[in-house]
Parts: sequence; C-alpha cells; structure tokens
Amino acid sequence: MLVCWCGSNIAGTVDINTVVEASKREPGVVYATDYQYMCAEGGQAMVRRAIEEHSLTGIVVSACSPRMHETTFRKAAAAAGLNPYMVEIANIREHCSWVHKDKEVGTEKAVVLMRAAIAKLNLNTPLFPGESGVIKRALVIGGGIAGIQTALDIADAGYEVDIVEKSPTIGGTMAQLDKTFPTLDCAACILTPKMVDAAQHDKITLYTYSEVDEVSGFVGNFSVKIRQKARCINSKLCNGCGDCIEKCPAKKAKSEFDEGLANRKAIYVPFAQAVPNVPVIDQTQCLKFKTGKCGLCEKVCLPKAINFEQQDEIIEKEYGVIIAATGFRPLSPERYGEYGYGQLPDVITSLEFERLMNAAGPTGGALLRRSNGEKPKSIVFIQCVGSRAEPDKGKSYCSKICCMYTAKHAMLVRDKYPNIDVSVFYIDVRTPGKNFDEFYRRAVEQYGVNYIKGMVGKIAEEDGRLRVQGSDLIEDTQIFVDADLVVLATAVEAQASARPLGTMLTASMDQNNFFSESHAKLRPVESPTAGIFLSGVCQGPKDIPETVAQAGAAAVKALGILSKDKLIGNPCIAGPDELLCNGCASCEKVCPYGAITYADKEINDHGHRTTRHVAEINEAICQGCGACTVTCPSGAMDLKGFTNRQIMAEVDAICR
Amino acid sequence: MLVDEKGMQEEVIRMSGTEPKKCMLCGKCSATCPPSMDMDVRPHRFVKNVKAGNIEALMESESLWKCLSCFACVERCPRGVEPASLVEAVRLLVIRQQGKNYLTADDIPELIASDEEIPQQLIVSAFRKYSK
Ligand SMILES: Cc1cc2nc3c(=O)[nH]c(=O)nc-3n(C[C@H](O)[C@H](O)[C@H](O)COP(=O)(O)OP(=O)(O)OC[C@H]3O[C@@H](n4cnc5c(N)ncnc54)[C@H](O)[C@@H]3O)c2cc1C
Ligand code: SF4
Ligand code: SF4
Ligand code: SF4
Repeated sequence: MLVCWCGSNIAGTVDINTVVEASKREPGVVYATDYQYMCAEGGQAMVRRAIEEHSLTGIVVSACSPRMHETTFRKAAAAAGLNPYMVEIANIREHCSWVHKDKEVGTEKAVVLMRAAIAKLNLNTPLFPGESGVIKRALVIGGGIAGIQTALDIADAGYEVDIVEKSPTIGGTMAQLDKTFPTLDCAACILTPKMVDAAQHDKITLYTYSEVDEVSGFVGNFSVKIRQKARCINSKLCNGCGDCIEKCPAKKAKSEFDEGLANRKAIYVPFAQAVPNVPVIDQTQCLKFKTGKCGLCEKVCLPKAINFEQQDEIIEKEYGVIIAATGFRPLSPERYGEYGYGQLPDVITSLEFERLMNAAGPTGGALLRRSNGEKPKSIVFIQCVGSRAEPDKGKSYCSKICCMYTAKHAMLVRDKYPNIDVSVFYIDVRTPGKNFDEFYRRAVEQYGVNYIKGMVGKIAEEDGRLRVQGSDLIEDTQIFVDADLVVLATAVEAQASARPLGTMLTASMDQNNFFSESHAKLRPVESPTAGIFLSGVCQGPKDIPETVAQAGAAAVKALGILSKDKLIGNPCIAGPDELLCNGCASCEKVCPYGAITYADKEINDHGHRTTRHVAEINEAICQGCGACTVTCPSGAMDLKGFTNRQIMAEVDAICR
Repeated sequence: MLVDEKGMQEEVIRMSGTEPKKCMLCGKCSATCPPSMDMDVRPHRFVKNVKAGNIEALMESESLWKCLSCFACVERCPRGVEPASLVEAVRLLVIRQQGKNYLTADDIPELIASDEEIPQQLIVSAFRKYSK
C-alpha cells in the first residue's frame, strides 16, 4: 500500500497517516508507506524498491485518478518484474480531497476507497495483452482538401493510401470557391496542383464516383468493400478529349458543381480541371438509358471508351487505418420563409455567389442578377442563416466560416464594382484567427461595406427590386434596404451520408452528425474507435487553414499506427463462461464494436457432452467496454480485470 | 406600497411560458414585427426588459396596445423565445390590475364592430387569456 500526498493536494484534506495505518489492518497487506509525490522519479523508485524488497505480488497506490497515472505506476511495477495488471489505484484525490472540505470526512472516504482497492487486488490475476499485425495501407473517405492533404502526408511518408470520393472528381467544396480568405488567393490556383499531386503520387490510388459499402475488422486490420459506381466509361481507354460531351444532346441536367446555376450534359466532367479527367454518364439524364436511342457519344469516341453496359464494381481491400474526411454541405435556406429563397430568383446562397463571381462559373465571373441578367446596384448579405438557433429552428452552433467569407464577398464586390452598394446584416461579427479581424476591418474601412447589426425579418419583391426589412439594433429602428441581390450565409451542415458512414465505422457521432473526437482538447483528430481518424469539416465547421492543419495531424496519428509492425491489445476484454451461456444473443446485440459472434461448440458440462450455441469474443475487436457483462441474463459474460467477483468484492469492502 | 418587481417578473415568465434568457438579441423579432415602428419598446427590447426585470416600465409601454398578436415574432425567433407571449403576459398584468380581466362571448360583437380590421387571431388570443 503506497499512499501519495500529492503535495498538499491530497494531504490537505486527507489524513495520510490514518490511511496508511488503516491499510495495515487489511487482509493481504504486508507493507504500507507514504510519499509526497509518488509519481515523481523518487516515488517511482520507491514503488520499484518496495516490490523488490518485500516480494510483493500486487500493489495499491492511493493517489490521483487512474486516468492520470495508472500507466506510470504500471510501468514502474513492470520494471520491478510485477505484472502491470497487479496494480490498483484508489483515487483519493478527485474523489476525496477535491470534493470534500472537511478533513475527517475526506479521510474516512479515502480509507473506504483504499479498502475497496485492496479487496479488488486480492482477486486480480496477472493479465497478458495479445498482439495483432498491421496492414500498411490507409483508407481516406472523402476527397476534399482535407482528404487530399491527409492522403498526401501519409503517402509522402511512404505508405499506400486509397481515397474514396463519392463524386466524379476530388476537390470538394474548395474547388467551387472563387478567391479565399484571408489572403484572397484564387482557390483553384492553390487546390488544383494538390489534386494533380494526389492523382500522380505512386502511393495514392483514387476511387472516384465510389462509396464505402461495408466495413469490418478492427484497428490494424479493417476489411472494406468499396462500390465503384458505373461511370459507363472505360477509364483506361478514355483520353479526356471531351468529344463525347460536345456531341451529347441531353443538356437539361443541373450542374452540381455550379450549384444548379448552369446546366450540364448527361455525359459530363464536373469542371475543366476535374481529377480524374474522365467523364461520367448520368443514367437518369442519358437518352440511351431513357429511350434506348442516341448513343452519339459512343459513335464519336475514338478510343472506344464508352460502355453503356458497365456495372457497379465492388472492390474489397484491407486497411490498417481509416480516415473520415467527408466534409459538409451548406444548409438549404428554403425553410426560412422570410427570405423567399426558392421563390425569389435574386435571393441566393453564398456558395451560389462563389460560382457567380468565379471566372470559370456560369456567367464567366460577371456578377449578374438571376431574374433579368442585369448588373445589380445594391447587394445585401445576411449572416447566421440557420446557425445559432434552437435545434428545431436550425443548427445550434456558430458555423464559424460565414462571417469571414461574407466579409470576403463584400470586399470582392466592392473591389470589382465600386459602384455597387453593399450592406451586411449581422448579429455578431466573429473573426478569431490570424489576420482575420484585420481582414473584416478592411472590408469596412477600405472598401466601405455597410455593416448593420440586426437580423432580417422579411424580403419582398417590389417593382422588380427586393425590399429587405430588417432591424438596425444600434439605432433601435426597423430599416428597409432596397437590393437587387440578396446573399444568404447559410449554416454549415454535416453530410447526409456522415451518420450511416459513422455507423459502419462504429465511430461515434455528435448530435449534429459531425464525427466526435475522442477528447475535445487532447485527442482532437482521433475517433474514440481505435484506428479511425478525423480530418476536416466532418468533425465540425472550420476554414481551409484549420482543415489543412487538422488533415496533417490526422495523417501523423494514422502514421503512428502504420509504422508499427504489431499492436499491443488491451487485455481487459470480455469472455463468456461457456457453461453458463444460454446462447440468447443479448450480448451480441449490445456490443457497439461487433466483437461477439455465436458458434456451435461441444461443451463438456461436468462429463456430460453436448453441442451448444454459445457466445464467442473476437479478442482483437473487443474494447472492454463491459456492455455485454451487464446485459447477460445468465451472468456468463465477464470482463477480465473487472470481473463480477472483483466488483462485488469492492462493493462489499465499501459497505463493510 | 413597494412594488415587487422580482415577483412580477417571475409572474410574467410563468404566465408566458417562455424564457427571455434564451434571447441572443439578434433583432429578428423586431425586424419581422409589422407594427414594430409604432412601438416605443420594440419586441427585442421588450424581451430584454423582461429579462432585466423592468416590468413596471413595460406596463406603461405603448407596445402593449400596438402588438397585433400576429405571432410573427414567435414564428421567426431562432432561439425559440416568444416575444408575443411576454407582451401578452404583461398586458394581462395591466388588465388584471385594472379589474378588467374578463372577456365574455357577449363582448365579441362589440369588439369587432369597433374595428373592422381587427385580426381574428387577436380576438382568439384575447379570449383564451381573458375568459379564464
Ligand atoms: C461559400 C463558402 C465560402 C468559403 N470560403 C472560404 C475561404 O475563402 N477561405 C477558407 O479558408 N475557407 C472557405 N470556406 C470553407 C471551405 O470550403 C472548407 O473549409 C473546406 O472545403 C473543407 O474541406 P473538407 O475537405 O473538410 O470538406 P469538403 O470540401 O466538403 O470535401 C468533402 C469531400 O468528401 C466527399 N464525400 C462526402 N461524403 C462522402 C462519402 N460518404 N463517401 C465518399 N466521399 C464523400 C464530398 O463529395 C467532398 O468531395 C468556404 C465555404 C463556403 C461554403
Ligand atoms: S460565423 Fe458569423 S455568420 Fe456564421 S454563424 Fe457564426 S456568427 Fe453567424
Ligand atoms: S428574435 Fe428571439 S433571439 Fe432574436 S432578439 Fe427577438 S426574442 Fe431575442
Ligand atoms: S406578435 Fe406582436 S410583437 Fe410579435 S411580431 Fe406580432 S405584433 Fe410584433
């Protein structure tokens, strides 16, 4: 029994001597002492000495939370030749000294917790963790800037990476943007070289127009089924000439890349710099699929790459780690009737605005009204559309990027068209970030953008213009601004496919369908599920600089696993007592990791041989959460290191 | 007699069933409110004043009688605050104080006759509150 003072942290509220003396009366205790800082090198040396000198078969350290120093003391024990799982921690800091003021009460509780730990230790057995191999390949799901960056970083370190991207090209939202804050460099100029790098890297394989269908396995050994959707083009033959697109007569489909502001053909590449530069046939639009006639593309394609018969292909591959990088979508503002989005053609979203300003966009970069094709004289931007709301009214969070991109939009308009009046309705302007507030102030001071504190209540069409009715909270008045174009900064929303993907990966998701990190501060790019990492906006709203930083961090964490030959498991896993198991399958249903299966086994029940259907644990998958042990109606499931007997012994010791 | 502002604030919040602390002062209610420009205390400030406990001042305010009970503010508020319910609650305090806290079915024809334009919802609202 080793009792730590933690300076005055514990000793201030717990009488150390009482704990030491009380422990000496407990069964099995042969030696008890105390020290000021047990975790310091001196304390650890003391732990090692105590084990060696007294030939201890187990130790209890009464100190801080096991989350803090359990590993430290286990290492110290191992160094002295003791099995590390013969170490128990009694938490007399967080559970005693930090929550009690009265020393007498604190001491009493510390004694009780110490007794419980001893009772448990008396039933501990040495445990030995298993080992499993690591497949040296990473899977990145989502090919936006986040996925591309993570893949490049892993590939540059020498490991194979596959990117699965659901759309026909990599690039994500960033490919749709015009210029980017805070430096106003053109998005395509900085993104397309990275897209090409990813495509040409000999360690990276792109699966575009593909989705993940099934995931099984565990850290180091995931098996994944990838569905490569039928492009109806043989990618190996296609030379990207585009003759097929030229000839295709079906041109009524809305271009996803242009946010529906322009049409595209039934056979198309999303944009000129798409990677790979291989078209896709949209079967819902293609006349050959709809009417059986046409086939013009097939006729003009010299290398004979068009194949109407092509089917979805399932590719099965194995990976050591998986990185989620599925990004986001801007929320559709249709539900907010006050803005008239969907009814009023001159009310658009910010992403649509990016396309209108883009030189490669539907208007060739000319900012024109959707209603009559004329140049606007006045533009109103509205922030926080769908953000910062009660859950039934929108998203409860701040979307983080819209204040900055709205300042960017306002500035770009004033720069290109100094005669256009620009107003921005805002609740707060939130611009934390390097050079961010300076950027926003430039919009106000240098470009004369009119910021109005208040929200908009109504937009109505009047004589071909839009009358925007809002609050000016500084003046405490209702104001009306006549506008020709209104731009809505809509909330960042998780991808619809994020939650189903999370379920496949057994990765936990938050209430907004963003992937949850393992620890908000200390493990921000790791999912709580081992071997799953998070990159980019799929974890929460962020801009490009933050996305790229996180993408790199996720790559480093993934490399931490890929670079190992063997992974040491956690020996505290569940296991059934086959004699007690009645094969009811209750545990299989609750296991969040899918570690439990059932098998017919021959059971020798005290000489009586029968074949029974019993639970079986895959030791490499089990994370030791214990859900099955409390579910099992016959008490057959037990968790090593936390057996039912051990827990009951602790309870008995506390109640004694 | 000293006025118990705290007690009145609690009463208003209880009657309205809405929580003014949820307001983030975005001003959407006042932007939406049709008679907002005729009010001395516009909806967002009405909410703010309930939150601050200035109920007596609100009882004096013109806004009580300008509000149309159209509930546009309730519909639009992103934070789920119901400014109109707070206005109604304070209005009720005033009316009760004056001993005029009853509205019977017989009063309705006269009410409608007094103003052709009177919104039906206002009558329903009033009837719901003042008939009890
Ligand atoms: C209007 C607007 C303007 C902006 N302006 C700026 C700016 O000026 N500066 C700045 O720093 N940031 C800006 N941003 C933010 C920037 O767009 C994001 O930070 C960035 O795109 C995030 O990258 P990502 O890779 O995480 O997500 P995304 O770009 O959304 O990429 C995700 C990718 O994953 C794919 N995917 C999704 N689900 C699946 C699935 N289930 N399986 C396979 N693939 C999947 C998607 O098709 C997509 O290609 C702006 C955002 C908007 C909306
Ligand atoms: S970033 Fe700005 S505009 Fe976007 S939700 Fe937050 S406060 Fe509103
Ligand atoms: S709309 Fe709601 S949150 Fe906004 S000021 Fe009015 S009451 Fe407050
Ligand atoms: S209910 Fe009253 S305060 Fe609310 S919008 Fe209508 S008139 Fe204005």
